[in-house]
Amino acid sequence: MTLLVLAAALGVVAVVTGIGVFVADSMARATFLLLASFVAVAVVLLAFGLAYLGIVVVLMMTIEMMIMVVFMVMLMMNPAGLEPMTMVHNRWGARLIALAVFAVLAAGALVVPWPVRPGPPGDPTTALGADLMGPQMLTMTVLGLAILATIVGTVAVSATRGSRR
Amino acid sequence: MADPATLLPLLLLAPALVLAAGLAAVAGAVTAGDRPTAPVVETLRLLAKQRRRTPADDPLLARIGLAVLPVAAVLALAVVPLGLPRGAPVGLDVGIVWFNAMEVLAWFAVWTAGWGPNAVTALVGGYRMLPLGLAYELPHMLALITPAIAAGSLDPATVAGAQHGLWYAVWMPVAFVLYLVSTAAMAFWGPFAAPLGRDLAGGAAAEHAGLDRLLLRAGRWMLLVAAAAMAVPLFLGGGAPPPITGPDAFGGPAWAWVVVKLLVVLAVLLGLRRVMPVLRMERFVTLAWVVLIPLAVAQALVVTVVVLL
Amino acid sequence: MTELTLRVVLVVAAALVATGLYGALSQQSIVMIMMGLELVVNGLVLAAGGIWWAGGHPGNASVLVVVLVTVMALEMAMGFAVALALYRARRVDLTDDATELAR
Repeated sequence: MTLLVLAAALGVVAVVTGIGVFVADSMARATFLLLASFVAVAVVLLAFGLAYLGIVVVLMMTIEMMIMVVFMVMLMMNPAGLEPMTMVHNRWGARLIALAVFAVLAAGALVVPWPVRPGPPGDPTTALGADLMGPQMLTMTVLGLAILATIVGTVAVSATRGSRR
Repeated sequence: MADPATLLPLLLLAPALVLAAGLAAVAGAVTAGDRPTAPVVETLRLLAKQRRRTPADDPLLARIGLAVLPVAAVLALAVVPLGLPRGAPVGLDVGIVWFNAMEVLAWFAVWTAGWGPNAVTALVGGYRMLPLGLAYELPHMLALITPAIAAGSLDPATVAGAQHGLWYAVWMPVAFVLYLVSTAAMAFWGPFAAPLGRDLAGGAAAEHAGLDRLLLRAGRWMLLVAAAAMAVPLFLGGGAPPPITGPDAFGGPAWAWVVVKLLVVLAVLLGLRRVMPVLRMERFVTLAWVVLIPLAVAQALVVTVVVLL
Repeated sequence: MTELTLRVVLVVAAALVATGLYGALSQQSIVMIMMGLELVVNGLVLAAGGIWWAGGHPGNASVLVVVLVTVMALEMAMGFAVALALYRARRVDLTDDATELAR
């Protein structure tokens, strides 16, 4: 019961801050509202017993948002939101599509008979490590390759020509 | 959880950290050639002063960030086993990761403190936290993980207990030194004080006065003490006496040994500040990525191989 | 009770995905679109955590969380690289102006 209330309350926080991302004028505020949404989700994971992953989400998303905010400020024409302006297109179409997607997903969440297994799941951190280094090794390898490809790709795309001295 | 004996350390944690940070600040003033009363006078002065606003600022974000800094330090300290009879104030089996996540909140605190006032020097100071963070974070993570690999656990108490006979500071010296360096770096203190640098007239703190400034300056001392305290269970055997002449050569309660070791770590850090100038961030980034990260990886590799033997 | 909590969590996750989708579809600025995509992945993380908690095996769904967190980091790195390259080449930071592929 406590868990239900906690999950629902944090869920509301996550969604409200998530909507706030697109309402806030200031790019710094938008970024940190997104961070708040991530932290709310991470606390739900913590409450579910996924301590390691919940904390890792907080750790990674804090670092990621701190890098993101620099780009937000750099690439937006009105970073501090001092002159309120909207930069959206096709607002009603987007709203319609988003609501339709929400309706379908929520219907699935409410209707599908989810398998529910009683009992505590044991130590999730050890299980995750054993899975990643055992049956899910392919996943781990693909993630590693994807990270390598991204490193190469980002450097190739963002390196300026003629910077060789 | 409702047991008062478990709650008491939690309630006392914040005041204890504030007190320890104050003492560290006094010691810092003495080693810097100031009067020992200087931090006390400064604290009282800041408490009496009014906060300052600048035109078109973002005080909400700045104050959230400034408040997060001391809170993050307390939360980071909460998982450190301080030699109390019931273990760490919050026993968490992934305490090392928790510590890391709380300490990263300092990036947020300094950046927002610099962003809030809508002023150039403050903003530049806040931005300096990011290269500093990106430079120290990876060696720091590897230095945290290396003792965890050796002990086979992410719980600081288990790591401390695994060091009977040989402290990890001796058997993984590179990780220990990197941890000490990153302790100063995460508290943007000493050689890594560029975000609040004098060349920027105070950097991220430049436009803050009164309570705001006090939170920033006290918060960094609190973070420094919390991070130094984590070095005790990770590298210095926790509450166990030094294993020089057998296990029971020096008795004494565990918490007393934690305090002694914490004082030694803080003394080393204060000495480091004495001999090192404030680093330029781009120099430190180069050093970190070219030298420190490979060193940290090599250290972790050596430890892993020895553990697997 | 477990089932009800799971359903609530999944509805919240659906709301997060829909909010992110709205942002990704309606925003003009490239960086804001990336915020929307991150929000979508945030919803997926929550859903995976709920599924892990309610049923199945101790490992499987939490592996998905690891994948999702990595996806977020990679998406951000690649997205900013492209945004920077676009801005350097054409002084463009809005998707409506990035029409190279439309010619």
